[in-house]
Amino acid sequence: MARVLLFGRLSDVAGWREREIDSGFLSALRARMAADDPTLGEALAGPGVQVALDQVIVRGDAALNPRTEVAFLPPMSGG
Amino acid sequence: MIRLTFEPFDPGALLTEFCRDRTEVGAVATFTGVARAEAGATKILELEAYPGFTEAQIGKTAGMATARFGLADILIVHRVGQIAPGEPVVFVATAARHRREAFEGCDFLMDYLKSKAPFWKKEHGPDGARWIEPRAQDHADLQRWDKETSP
Repeated sequence: MARVLLFGRLSDVAGWREREIDSGFLSALRARMAADDPTLGEALAGPGVQVALDQVIVRGDAALNPRTEVAFLPPMSGG
Repeated sequence: MIRLTFEPFDPGALLTEFCRDRTEVGAVATFTGVARAEAGATKILELEAYPGFTEAQIGKTAGMATARFGLADILIVHRVGQIAPGEPVVFVATAARHRREAFEGCDFLMDYLKSKAPFWKKEHGPDGARWIEPRAQDHADLQRWDKETSP
């Protein structure tokens, strides 16, 4: 089960910060999340939203291990 | 060294500790960022970080600054969570043999921390809460470090 984390405004859109979601690929995970919550799906696909797998930014698709941590990061604002 | 904290910190105490037992440097420069009230309205600033990831990303930039400016040491302490106006939010100290490198290293690190560091900022005011985007000035400030390396 991938551990999915949402940061910034993404967790406001979703109404949750952390969930376990079963998925073998990042693309499938996105599709599953969008199917469950279309507004969230749109937000995740928005400009500047990045994805980190086990705290490493990735682009495009990637395979997920059973214990991968998947974090969706909206554009960073600095502190 | 990079530290995130939910607790208020004392910039003076951090500086005293940072300077202790230093004999190899002639210069220590610092910056303290303070949460600012907008037009007298009491707003709570809230900063969210991604534990582990945020420190690692800041650490990479600190490594770049060390190499680029020849710094002897860096300390960055950053609040996370809810912060009241007037409270210190960020403290940066840089140590170098001479002052030019210490000043520039500190300036560079602050430009990064204000525009690209992995924080997400929310402001709680009387009308509710809103997420804050970086200012165009913060991005322009960071870009000037690129120009300075052009031949």
